[in-house]
Amino acid sequence: KRFSSDLFFGVPKSLINGIPKSFQCSLPLLRPHCLFPLFYILLPTFSSFFTSHFLSFSFFPPHSEENGYSFLTFQVRRPTIPSQHHFSKQPSYNPHYRLTLPRFHPQTHPPQFFFQFESPPSIWDRRQESKSKSTPNLLITKKEGLELYEDMVLGRAFEDKCAKMYYDRKMLGFVHLYNGQEAVSTGFIRLLKQQDSIVCTYRDHVQALSKGLSARAVMSELLGKATGCCRGQGGSMHIFSRKHNMLGRFAFIGEGIPIATGAAFTSKYKREVLKEADCGHVSLAFFGDGTCNNGQFYECLNMAALWKLPIVFVVENNLWAIGMSHLRATSVPQIYKKGPAFGMPGVHVDGMDVLKVREVAKEAIGRARRGEGPTLVECETYRFRGHSLADPDKLRDPAEKAHYAARDPITALKKYLIENSLANEADLKAIDKR
Amino acid sequence: MLGIVRQKMLGQSLLKIRPAISVLRSYSSAAKQMTVREALNSALDEEMSADPKVFLMGEEVGEYQGAYKISKGLLEKYGPERVLDTPITEAGFAGIGVGAAYYGLKPVVEFMTFNFSMQAIDHIINSAAKSNYMSAGQMSVPIVFRGPNGAAAGVGAQHSQCYASWYASCPGLKVLSPYSSEDARGLLKAAIRDPDPVVFLENELLYGESFPVSDEVLDSSFCLPIGKAKIERKGKDVTITAFSKMVGYALKAAEILEKEGIDAEVINLRSIRPLDRSTINASVRKTNRLITVEEGFPQHGVGAEICASVVEESFAYLDAPVERIAGADVPMPYAANLERMAVPQVEDIVRAAKRACYRAVPLAAAA
Repeated sequence: KRFSSDLFFGVPKSLINGIPKSFQCSLPLLRPHCLFPLFYILLPTFSSFFTSHFLSFSFFPPHSEENGYSFLTFQVRRPTIPSQHHFSKQPSYNPHYRLTLPRFHPQTHPPQFFFQFESPPSIWDRRQESKSKSTPNLLITKKEGLELYEDMVLGRAFEDKCAKMYYDRKMLGFVHLYNGQEAVSTGFIRLLKQQDSIVCTYRDHVQALSKGLSARAVMSELLGKATGCCRGQGGSMHIFSRKHNMLGRFAFIGEGIPIATGAAFTSKYKREVLKEADCGHVSLAFFGDGTCNNGQFYECLNMAALWKLPIVFVVENNLWAIGMSHLRATSVPQIYKKGPAFGMPGVHVDGMDVLKVREVAKEAIGRARRGEGPTLVECETYRFRGHSLADPDKLRDPAEKAHYAARDPITALKKYLIENSLANEADLKAIDKR
Repeated sequence: MLGIVRQKMLGQSLLKIRPAISVLRSYSSAAKQMTVREALNSALDEEMSADPKVFLMGEEVGEYQGAYKISKGLLEKYGPERVLDTPITEAGFAGIGVGAAYYGLKPVVEFMTFNFSMQAIDHIINSAAKSNYMSAGQMSVPIVFRGPNGAAAGVGAQHSQCYASWYASCPGLKVLSPYSSEDARGLLKAAIRDPDPVVFLENELLYGESFPVSDEVLDSSFCLPIGKAKIERKGKDVTITAFSKMVGYALKAAEILEKEGIDAEVINLRSIRPLDRSTINASVRKTNRLITVEEGFPQHGVGAEICASVVEESFAYLDAPVERIAGADVPMPYAANLERMAVPQVEDIVRAAKRACYRAVPLAAAA
């Protein structure tokens, strides 16, 4: 015989008693006919979220140049000379990119080369694709993937260790950390040979590590020891290495760009005047968004394009220069647009995705090696920590920080490697331990 | 009984917090303490409120409240039109400041450190300093370039140079370098009111140090004359001239020397250009020995200029060669122990004073 006290709103009491008391009273709400009204509330708010996940098509924000960036933009930008606008629809993702032929137009003569860049699918889309395809078209091999992963993890671990040393008062002065931007360093520098040179600003312990300096040498330098790579004389902001052709990190942000341009000039000079063989050495200049307001940047863009120097200008646009937002400091925040103004391609890439950065880097470095001239690559990235370890970092919106933290390049690459069966958890854990 | 215990505890806690509440004028004998940072902030605040033509321009002066928090609160008070956050273009905004000064405003341009002023030095020297002369007095440039100068702690070669001698060699500029809060307040106010370009060299390590200030200093019309040095400590055996942070070191050295029987006179230069030659020479004529102390590189430094000036005017009064203490002739190293060796320390000043007083072996014999 069934008594009413045996049931709790249609569910047997025996089942109810197993659940903690705090949840027992909310069970009536979970009856299906009670939940339907919620959909009317939730669907409009979450619909864009759901659709973007499966149809990245609808997520593209309106093409409003005047706003500059909203921090939610992921798409690759197009050059904006009106004659070039022949896209009537948004592009679908495509793993191939094509170089356009030079176009003649009275407004843009002499002809300018543009990258019509349709980036490789983001790793988020890959996840969907790999479920349907059996042999997906992968961008990297297992060995490369593990190398990239190791490089980024080394960089992150190194920076965290630096922070610890600083707070233990073993390290003095300025320490600028690179957490969150590892994809840019790894994506570019891992494609270079030893004779290629790089020049950076003060935020680049990780560039030094990617280029081949040993972590021990760099850490000793930061601690001021004589065993450091500069015998303790340079410090955190001035890491130099002749052997690895790291031509230095400069505390003045615009300063490194002419140096890198000069290195590219040397490379070209050696090839053409001194007729040395095998001198397709490329020079990379890394700098930030604040530097792009400095006069030296523009002077070097001009001369590099004029003399077709083998250099790649890499802008690590992390949207903040100490406490100054890039949007407050720049009249035209899209830095990649400044490339075509000087006659070189300007490419924007998602700097939180190491694979995308690597693809762009391959093309840009290849261009430079072939002698086609410079490229301006803008990597939209983010620094998780403050400007330096002494920076209270109050001006950045926590929502922005959280958003970019979710796009952490290391976790992203990890997911990619695992999902595409390039590596398994054990391999990655082994690298983490090292 | 409990009441008595409570009173005792209250009394003890009052004693503990007495230094902190000394800003309240409840104790007539205690002078107010003011940090150099507060002094500069209050000076800027008062000058900006007194004259609407004064505006502040520099990197991170607004929303970030100043890279070293000197301009804290100014953005809220005066708004973004008068406290301007600039992009990272020293050459650009220094030039814009000079242009604004040509045309009638009174800009205060902040460099995050004076090392970055090298990117803008063309405008400081060529546009600002020389224009009054080149235009035969038509163009007056009432601009102030300010910022920290000299070595901080462990910041490496490119952030630690002292620019006093570089700017002081240029006619048309006025170069000021305060030490205490009183100096900072008075000289900054004088600089802002001055119709000529002024380079105001502060020191990052002094920002947090507090000094006693009298009520006269706190008055909003307080102003120190440009071109007058201050004798911080009177003495009769040896004269030590210094500016900025080295004044503190010189005072400490004077205390050590006093125990050894040498009475040192310490002069705080305050103004590097125009140099107060009369005060220095009067002091040398009294003591007959001179030591110049500075943080910058030794060659062509401030000490060299003072030495030459004294040799020209008071040669007969010198009883010993002039001793120059300066930073090491090397770009500032990063490692802490090397940095300590590259910057003058109190022991160096004491040793030099003793050499000048022939208490130790003279330099020629030691070499």
